[in-house]
Amino acid sequence: MAYNCVVLVKQVPDTANISGKAMRDDGTVNRAALPAIFNPEDLNALEMALQVREQHGGRVTVLTMGPPRAAEVLREALYRGADGVILLSDRRFAGSDTLATSYALKCAIERIDDYDLVFCGRQAIDGDTAQVGPQVAEKLGLPQITYAEAIQSLQGDEIIVQRAFPLGKEMVKCSLPCLLSVVGSANRPRPPSAHKAIAFKLAATPLEYPALLERWPEFETEAALDCYLAERNQKIPVWSAADIGAAEENLGLAGSPTKVLKIDYVVLESGESKQVPASPEGVSALIQELVEDYIL
Amino acid sequence: MRSGRRMNKSSRDVYVFIEQEAGKISAVSLELLSKGRELAEELGSRVCALLLGHRIADLAEEVIRYGADAVLLADHPELALYRTLPYARVAIDLVRQRQPYIFLLGATPLGRDLAPRIASALRAGLTADCTALQIGDFGYGGKAYTDLLYQIRPAFGGNVIATIVNPQMHPQMATVREGVMRMGEPDSTRRGQVERIEIHFDEGDLTLQVLERKVWPPRCNLKGASIIVAGGMGVGSREGFRVIHDLAQVLGGEVAGSRAAVDAGLVSSERQVGQTGVTVRPRLYIACGISGAVQHRAGMDQASKIVAINTDPSAPIFQIAHYRIVGDLHEVIPWMIRAYRENAK
Repeated sequence: MAYNCVVLVKQVPDTANISGKAMRDDGTVNRAALPAIFNPEDLNALEMALQVREQHGGRVTVLTMGPPRAAEVLREALYRGADGVILLSDRRFAGSDTLATSYALKCAIERIDDYDLVFCGRQAIDGDTAQVGPQVAEKLGLPQITYAEAIQSLQGDEIIVQRAFPLGKEMVKCSLPCLLSVVGSANRPRPPSAHKAIAFKLAATPLEYPALLERWPEFETEAALDCYLAERNQKIPVWSAADIGAAEENLGLAGSPTKVLKIDYVVLESGESKQVPASPEGVSALIQELVEDYIL
Repeated sequence: MRSGRRMNKSSRDVYVFIEQEAGKISAVSLELLSKGRELAEELGSRVCALLLGHRIADLAEEVIRYGADAVLLADHPELALYRTLPYARVAIDLVRQRQPYIFLLGATPLGRDLAPRIASALRAGLTADCTALQIGDFGYGGKAYTDLLYQIRPAFGGNVIATIVNPQMHPQMATVREGVMRMGEPDSTRRGQVERIEIHFDEGDLTLQVLERKVWPPRCNLKGASIIVAGGMGVGSREGFRVIHDLAQVLGGEVAGSRAAVDAGLVSSERQVGQTGVTVRPRLYIACGISGAVQHRAGMDQASKIVAINTDPSAPIFQIAHYRIVGDLHEVIPWMIRAYRENAK
């Protein structure tokens, strides 16, 4: 029996490798100076879905929500073996917290319609919340299997999954469809294939057509380019809020119950150091400072 | 201008989810009861504990001793082992009926699985992995909201600290990291009310089965530790190392050692920090009696804040320390412990 998989992925700033260049003197992060990468655990989720396809057949569809630039991770997904990719992009999604994001993803997955398994990474490295997976599952009315490390068996409409925690393991059995959030220890994601990178070298979303026309003026119009790419299966579809039938009040800032009150920057004052008097008072002042700075 | 929302006293209740495994309550739940107490006192409301499981009624007293005014006890065979959907069902129904103001869970694997499921169903705002919680005000959309929960957490790979609020949708939900809130002393004179909850499951709630579950006791987790207290040869002896353990325990951190300390048998090798040991990036690294050889510094110079205690003012560790204390660690550490107990949260 073949299984159709949807994989949710995210393009994230590479927060694990923030170099001096990306930090401004006032402690703020210059996002533009950070490389944007495929969220690491989403690669594990994609790999798990690809292995399901290899063993059982079916389609792997990769979905991301983000700005036009997020098409980069979708191309990477194609190079790694995805059958189809979709970019969910609309100004109305801007400012979404995890709840509004989950709602938009749920609407998009319902439009994909024909799926047995939804995969996502355990968490994204820019927010580390691990909330979107369970929230998407809840909105779709699916059971969730978080911390998924291995699929032990997949037969009929029943899946057995091993979950891995820092201090334990669990084996669970669940009926399909369901959602799996995948941990980094699950597998070693395959690298992009050179063959597929050539096969999809033109892959682009309509949002990228203006830039492409500058490189290939011979197409003259976006319509001509669109026709050419669509015929060759190189057109990455972009879905808007309207395309997925999402209610505006559930999107963006309006659909986000959490509000950011303020952001404090952690100033790394390397080279700057304080002498603390070796006395009860000196030590007490230090502890107080560390508590106030959220270090302790 | 005040918010249009009028609240009676009970609707300002603070709910705390009590996580238990095989009849043992997790530390973070007890820490949250202490924090919940503080918040409830500021709000003039109560702390209610949600205690779910099977044959766990005798845990209710412990929950009360640690700060709960009331325990909502859901005891059912289907709740014996944690599963997302039955646990979420009980919590969602309870919150819908009783409308708490704040709902706190531990940021454990279980809490991080359960909390978003509940928040999504309730359309409530949820902040993950908080490191501090406070009550404060917020102006938004021309309205002034008073007595909101400030949910404070590191973000962006720990490079910034964000303060999040949920002004409109209640409960205000947050998960909190283990070890960041101080656990209060149990008070055996505290009295509270225990209420058994009626439970209804749908067939769909029971679709997932746990075939096998294994849990192992915690070993050290230096890599993931946000606070590390490390000792070197300056500590002197194995007995002397006691103060390192004491400080780590009080701060909720892990114990580590330099290679010299490991080689001298003062601390076990799995706790060695440095080029040949573990590389760590904690929020705070306290180096006690460590000279700071390059090989040690290579394993810890990415710490956000470094405090160094050493009797030798020319020790290289001071070159990278943010805070330098030239003195005897056996004097300085007890001062630190006392100061922390007086200052923390």
